[in-house]
Amino acid sequence: MPSIHYDIAHMLGAVVLLMSFALLYQRRLSSIIQVFAAQSTVLAAAAAWQGYIQDAPHLYITALLALSMKAIVIPVALNRVIQKLRIERTVDTALGVGPTMIAGVSLVTLSILLVLPVTPDVTALTREDLALALSVVLLGLLTMITRRNAIGQVIGFMSLENGLILAAIGVEGMPLIVEMLVAFAVMVAFIIFGIFFFHIRERFDTLDLRTLEDFRGERR
Amino acid sequence: MILLPVNPVYVILALPFLAAFGLAAVRDHWLAARLNSLAAGLTLVASLSLFTDRPETTPLFLVDDFNIYLVALTAFVSFTTSLFSASYIEHEIEIERLKPVFVRFYHSMYQAFVFTMLLALLANNLGVLWVAVEGATLTTVLMVSLYRTPAAIEAAWKYFILCGVGIALALFGTILIFLAARPVMGGGMPAMTWSALMLEIHRVSPDLLNLAFVFILIGYGTKVGLAPLHAWLPDAHAEGPTPISAVLSGLLLNVALYAVLRFKMLMTANGQSLAPGPLMMVMGLASLLLAAFMLYRRRDIKRLFAYSSIEHMGIITFAFGIGGPIANFAGLLHMTMHSLTKSAIFIAVGLATQVKGTQRISEIRGLTVSHPVIGWGLVAGVLAIVGLPPFGIFLSEFLLVTTTFAREPLLALPLVLGIVVAFGALILRLQSLAFGEPTGSMAPAASSAFPMVLHLILVLVAGIWLPEPLVEWFQAVARLLG
Repeated sequence: MPSIHYDIAHMLGAVVLLMSFALLYQRRLSSIIQVFAAQSTVLAAAAAWQGYIQDAPHLYITALLALSMKAIVIPVALNRVIQKLRIERTVDTALGVGPTMIAGVSLVTLSILLVLPVTPDVTALTREDLALALSVVLLGLLTMITRRNAIGQVIGFMSLENGLILAAIGVEGMPLIVEMLVAFAVMVAFIIFGIFFFHIRERFDTLDLRTLEDFRGERR
Repeated sequence: MILLPVNPVYVILALPFLAAFGLAAVRDHWLAARLNSLAAGLTLVASLSLFTDRPETTPLFLVDDFNIYLVALTAFVSFTTSLFSASYIEHEIEIERLKPVFVRFYHSMYQAFVFTMLLALLANNLGVLWVAVEGATLTTVLMVSLYRTPAAIEAAWKYFILCGVGIALALFGTILIFLAARPVMGGGMPAMTWSALMLEIHRVSPDLLNLAFVFILIGYGTKVGLAPLHAWLPDAHAEGPTPISAVLSGLLLNVALYAVLRFKMLMTANGQSLAPGPLMMVMGLASLLLAAFMLYRRRDIKRLFAYSSIEHMGIITFAFGIGGPIANFAGLLHMTMHSLTKSAIFIAVGLATQVKGTQRISEIRGLTVSHPVIGWGLVAGVLAIVGLPPFGIFLSEFLLVTTTFAREPLLALPLVLGIVVAFGALILRLQSLAFGEPTGSMAPAASSAFPMVLHLILVLVAGIWLPEPLVEWFQAVARLLG
């Protein structure tokens, strides 16, 4: 494999990871959505590049889907939800920026320490992609944990998904990637736009999940 | 069977799939409920045909001794629950707790849910398995939020977030399995196909498999309701419609555990990898003990039995973790008995909450006096679920405890402690629920108690006499599980 193939794939993966860090410290909802859109765009580029170097046409479909759904449709729709519901523009995080970043860096270290020793038989490209992907997954989890807002959690969940897609496209010959992407997209779209936001709004006038938690069935 | 010219697997899957679309178009809720039961009944008949004519393994679908029994169990419980659901939903419309449009949606989702569970059970491809479990999450999230109360929406949100993360991690584990198998089996579908993997897995590098299994266990384990990832389960059970609580507890948890067991079989077949047993034993015991102690503080009747489900899934996971022919046998038997008993209990609970108009344990008293069938059904169900003879769960718990004493005496202590603590809690609550001065409405229940009685009779019969062919067959599956 020419080294340029490796370099570009590696760089795109690293940029996706960088965007995950950017997601961690954003305060404003609209910028969280923007960063997520940017991450998905880079992910689409990474998928297309993998499609090119692996000579796997179905990855172009993956790239196209990621670009249209996650970089355009979902962010636009979420922005409309925010405008329509006039939600507070900034959101609380459970941890400050400093501790969140330290936690993020330790998660990346953890995933590198976890992945690299167990993958001696795999090509360097795949194994480093996998370490990056696992980091994105863990950072997505961290984003979900540190956000108390429904939209923040959904974005965290979708960025976690981006990590999964990054892992899947990096593995040569992986079947069913397109199907999985569609399954995830259906899941997110169905839940978010169909049901939850409007009903949460109806009941509480807010998307802040702390308000929800007062309704725990047992605490009556 | 001669009646079916096509692969019966397709018939089993097509019936609920088509019914899900068909029912979305039926406006009349009375008719929709009947059609729902009819579709579930036909699915049951089709699934029984697997016993006479077992189809070949295809790259997508697989029928072996292990899943054939779970398919039949799933089809059976979803059929009997659909009978209960018909009268339950009718009552909910009468008291105007549900709007007719939601009922259309409910019936459609019920069939979609049955479809995804059967797909997960029959899937040979690990990707299809994952998509099916994801679909099951999706349909049940929508059903849990059906009542649109703040508590129901919170429950559904929690369920969606926790299980969403769970299945995302399971997908990562699946990708890792593929990555591990790729050097041996090459790219493409075979390295994602369970039956093909089973043949080649001994040549696969164990390190990556270990990492994969951890993700799989945590991922699908979230859906099984294993501690510490069980938080969604009580809320989802308590806030949705009761027929859904019955199928969630009785079936969905089994399906998720089935997914874990398929991967456990891969790990065992590999030989050099980390033994999956101890991990499962620890998670199982933790769930058992946690749920057993939490049972004492429940004030909501559906939450009470949801915690009891966590406890039992803990016991089953522990049994499969110990492994070996006897413990696996106990695990399989316990899975079946728990499905039947817990769905019977939820049916009794659904009837009781409908007549009393509350889910609070303190406001439901003297059921055996006011409603003898429901009350005594609940008494029988609870006696069965805590593991008293002559019911089937006694048999499986007895087998499990004795084999644990023989093989891991130290682990038998927490196991017995958990079972005894849960026993105390449930009997304590049962006394106030079933006996004493009745409270609330004395009006007869509008819904049918027939499915509950049927399940309890089956559990009783299994406790007294297990038919010889069934025993042999469980033994065969237990050997298969290793």
